[in-house]
Amino acid sequence: MSTAAKMATGNVTGKSAWHKYVFTGAVILLCLWVLVPIYLLLVNTFSSPEDVSGFPKSFIPNIDTGSVEFFLNYAGVGQALWSSIKVATVTMILSIMAGAPAGYALSRFEFRGKETFRVLVLMTRAFPLPLLALPLAVMYLRIGLDDTVLGLALVHTMLALPFAVLITFSLFSGIPVELEEAAWTLGCNRFQAFVKVILPLVLPGITASAIFAFVISWNEVFAAAVLTIENRTLPAFLLQGLGNAPLHLKFAGGAVLVLPALLFIFLVRKYLFSMWGIANR
Amino acid sequence: MYSRNLPYLLLLPATLFLCIFFLYPFVLVAWQAFVSDTGEFTSEYFMEMATHWKFNTALTNTFMLALAVVPFQIALALYMATLVNGMKRGRDLILYVWTIPLGISDLAAGIIWLAIFEQTGFLNSMLQGLGVIEQPVGFLGYQSKGTIFLAIVLAEIWRATAIVLVILVAGMGLIPKEYYEAAEVFGASRWKQFTRITLPMLKPSLQTAMILRVILAFEVFAVVVALGGTNLPILMGEIYTWQYDLRDSSVAAAYALVVLAISIAFTLLIMWGLRTPKGARV
Repeated sequence: MSTAAKMATGNVTGKSAWHKYVFTGAVILLCLWVLVPIYLLLVNTFSSPEDVSGFPKSFIPNIDTGSVEFFLNYAGVGQALWSSIKVATVTMILSIMAGAPAGYALSRFEFRGKETFRVLVLMTRAFPLPLLALPLAVMYLRIGLDDTVLGLALVHTMLALPFAVLITFSLFSGIPVELEEAAWTLGCNRFQAFVKVILPLVLPGITASAIFAFVISWNEVFAAAVLTIENRTLPAFLLQGLGNAPLHLKFAGGAVLVLPALLFIFLVRKYLFSMWGIANR
Repeated sequence: MYSRNLPYLLLLPATLFLCIFFLYPFVLVAWQAFVSDTGEFTSEYFMEMATHWKFNTALTNTFMLALAVVPFQIALALYMATLVNGMKRGRDLILYVWTIPLGISDLAAGIIWLAIFEQTGFLNSMLQGLGVIEQPVGFLGYQSKGTIFLAIVLAEIWRATAIVLVILVAGMGLIPKEYYEAAEVFGASRWKQFTRITLPMLKPSLQTAMILRVILAFEVFAVVVALGGTNLPILMGEIYTWQYDLRDSSVAAAYALVVLAISIAFTLLIMWGLRTPKGARV
């Protein structure tokens, strides 16, 4: 190799090494940007109430469960947690029960009105859905659904349904129709073929979509705050306390709100892309 | 017969749901905003809303927030997506870390940034430790609207960039590798590949992401309440106040129609601005 060529390659590796440093630096910086604020919330959560409102603050917690205990024993928290779980569970069940059949129909059949339905589902994205809580509050008063778990769960189902339809649509589309046809020729009817062949294959994906529905409901604030009084969910409860609650209550509450969501997102991470990838077309 | 009706049967629950809980309520909310108790058409509620002293402030603040947050988020998510795509090892882990905020509600994000910005918070502690300040600064007091605004912008960028990232990474996966190989052969630089291949091919994803983000930006609510209380009025906050505290669902409905109108206008604008000509789709 000539000297010139050596210098050239040396130059190139020098430049790409520089690129590599910038690249790695940016990736690490962006990871810190996401993780550090969560860490700081946890520091506050696991500090004693005095430390939370003390100054200056230590960046390392002294691991004290005083704030968490205070939060869990605070009047109304247990009730709010329980309401949150109930609403989210009902949302999960309703959105899968309505969404999965629709996803299956979209992936397997050609029929009139298919495009209209797809547009209707996609249209929900262009609308600020939490606003639905306003007219529904009036409607619920009339039909006796006001301040109920079911009433709020129905609104949350409306938020989760488009996702459920799109995820299940992409799940079912990923399974060759030939598998079903093979089951039919072996004597299964449509329903049996679905239960015995398709369902086991899509069950993990359906579970992921159910978990996603749970998280949507668990996190929703506006509709929950407008539609409930006695049956406040945890976000609505915390929102109401923002003005006057002590700091350590807010932070412990925030952590209780965040931690399950983190776990859920970890569980569904494989499916995050099927929610959006398919909707781009 | 059975098979022909089956798809409709399967769609029935979801369709019914969408009609009762999506289409019908939006008709209802318009009715609430325009029809008085006696059943007559009225613009009284709109007048009451528009002449209220907080209306203009709330409208301006909401627009300013959207303007400060969304363009930056799109740019940041584009950058993050190209970083992820250039990764050989650890792609899944990094992507998981970067999408964590996806599971975090706006209220929780507000509380998280409250831990940083409140008077005895971590920012003040750090500044004091560095010797920049002697006394903790009230970043979120009623007199410091500027820092409240900044805190909200940071919290929003922190929380909601992940959703854009997911959409863009999914979109980039759809771009055929051959295009880049061809560009490589002709000696196109990385930047040129980005502007001439990635950006144009990403248009549909950018469109989806922008519509979603703009709609969410005009819905901003709990972050603002957590960080600013009532010091920084925004549209959703006003809706909540009128509906819940003042018990006037007609004026709340008028506000709701304003948010709705803005959302639809921006959706149409983005759809038109980022349209992909037929035949140019992958």
